[in-house]
Amino acid sequence: MSILVDKNTKLLVQGITGRDGSFHTRQMLNYGTTVVAGVTPGKGGVEVEGVPVFNSVAEAVKKTHANTSIIFVPAQFAASAVYEAIDGGIKLIVCVSEGIPTIELVKITAYMKDKNCRLIGPNSPGLVSAGDAKVGILPGHIFKKGSVGVISRSGTLTYEIVDHITKVGLGQSTCIGIGGDPIIGTKFIDCLELFAHDKETAAVVVVGEIGGRDEQDTAVYVKKHFKKPVFGFIAGKTAPPDKRMGHAGAIISGTSGTAAEKIKVFKECGIKVGDTPAEVAQLVKSTVKD
Amino acid sequence: MKVHEYQAKEIFKKYGIPTPKEKVCKDVTEVIAASREIGTPCVIKAQVMVGGRGKAGGIKVAKNGDEAKQYAQQILGMEIKGIPVKKVLVSEAVAITHEAYLGIIIDRTEKKTVVMACKEGGVEIEEVARKNPEAIYKVYADPLLGLMDHHARAVGLFLYDDPKKAFGCASIAQKLYKIFTHLDASLVEINPLVIDQTGQLIALDAKINFDDNGLYRHADVAAMRDRESEDANELRARECDLSYVKLDGDIGCVVNGAGLAMATMDLVKHFGGEPANFLDIGGSSSPEKVKNALDILLKDKNVKVIFFNIFGGITRCDDVANGILQAKRELNIKQPIVARLTGTNEEKAMEILKTAGLVFATTMDEGAKKALELLK
Repeated sequence: MSILVDKNTKLLVQGITGRDGSFHTRQMLNYGTTVVAGVTPGKGGVEVEGVPVFNSVAEAVKKTHANTSIIFVPAQFAASAVYEAIDGGIKLIVCVSEGIPTIELVKITAYMKDKNCRLIGPNSPGLVSAGDAKVGILPGHIFKKGSVGVISRSGTLTYEIVDHITKVGLGQSTCIGIGGDPIIGTKFIDCLELFAHDKETAAVVVVGEIGGRDEQDTAVYVKKHFKKPVFGFIAGKTAPPDKRMGHAGAIISGTSGTAAEKIKVFKECGIKVGDTPAEVAQLVKSTVKD
Repeated sequence: MKVHEYQAKEIFKKYGIPTPKEKVCKDVTEVIAASREIGTPCVIKAQVMVGGRGKAGGIKVAKNGDEAKQYAQQILGMEIKGIPVKKVLVSEAVAITHEAYLGIIIDRTEKKTVVMACKEGGVEIEEVARKNPEAIYKVYADPLLGLMDHHARAVGLFLYDDPKKAFGCASIAQKLYKIFTHLDASLVEINPLVIDQTGQLIALDAKINFDDNGLYRHADVAAMRDRESEDANELRARECDLSYVKLDGDIGCVVNGAGLAMATMDLVKHFGGEPANFLDIGGSSSPEKVKNALDILLKDKNVKVIFFNIFGGITRCDDVANGILQAKRELNIKQPIVARLTGTNEEKAMEILKTAGLVFATTMDEGAKKALELLK
């Protein structure tokens, strides 16, 4: 088992004919993901990497029964691609695009309410259920099937931590990059709720960073509701206030959203925090036997 | 992106929010003329994009023309939190009878825009939110319908007992919401919103921060950027599609990905060093981009060692390696470089850099430690 994506995932790639879309379609196919369709309005009828391209999500879903979508379209068109996926009946939408105005996410969130559909991202590297499916841009070779769940607001930092986990001899169940924007579709807590019911997952690593209060809320949730061991890492201990550190969501506002504040709450709520990525893997290893 | 008070007030005026009579000036002569036009007493306000201008002596009330001249001389050219004052706003002195706070931000937890009101003006709202959250009245706007009239009135009625003032405030809240949503703001704030002797509501101060992600669809807003007030290197980085923030240390960090870039800075500090910067070269980095990154980094004369920490996914290590070589050729780099390049095409990268005279590391821990050793 794993969460969100697995062997039953039938993937649709929105923006498949673009540079990133076509490149990562090949990478995902190589990983073993079932990619059933691509969509680029106006380019219906062609094939990319042997995958049929359609003009609309609705048509692609009707013909191929795609249940998951990944979005590679430029930021200006990404919100509209998300709406199309929602209306097309896609159950899991993974938005890789970076740079969507935040107010669009406010609207998307409202539009999705009461629709049986989940958004991951935007500004997400995607997710991997080790050995089963990769829906995203994460480098497949660093993953190994196992029992550690990983949830992260970042991309390459996630790879770094996953790589350490693999190198200490453990593997991953599902690893999710939830995205670095201020408003994202699926948060840490949403992922933990799924991990709670996943038999394969024995422990979870939460990789947070400065900005907002998701990590604090997550820690309180873990203390109250989550029974499996949770480990943490927070990036940005040396980040200055009021400066956006790359990610749109990674900004300390005045004195709130600092790494120190997040680490403190993590520790208070029983989450073991590693000072470095290597230390996180060591902490997990001391608790989890794969 | 931040803008100055005078720029925010121009937007306020366009949307019909009452502001004091005022004029932005760049030298003493202009201040003298403005103080005559507006009349005295008047307020001379430093235009810098940091808080605490008043405390730093950047806001002064001039009783007459002589004082206006004197204060203009003082304030123009002074530094507030390290930022030189290039412009002042000459503003009519409003006789304040009441002060309040009114602002809009995005609540990341609720995933909605929220209008916030506080009966105290001139406050640091985050401070109030932490220490005395009950003092803040919040109304969430409906993401699809917007700020409804009865919600806006509720904000007004929270701040003022007099219905006329309450509804005047409701109208201002609606205008603020329009600014927020039309222009992709991330914060709009009137702090303080005052009532003058005649009972009029006036936005005495104005603050607007814009969502960088929304700038592409507001050329007029993007044009308001005060390039002079920004770190020249940070500005250049943005133009090169790099994300750079200068810090005070001596170990320059070049990293792909924002999270890893922060973790790299933290690691340098963890082992007892001081990072010189945050620098994210992003995904799919071309050699050119790596060269630009080094060029920007080396403008900071404090940088004594350069630490490359690359985890190749989309970013190819060989591209980064070629960028390093190109930069070494063209930029005359004297500082030692520690390179930790792992992931996509790392073997090719090693081949490329074999004779480049770099110090190699296989893990980021090792890289950070080697960078520190080189400082000695």
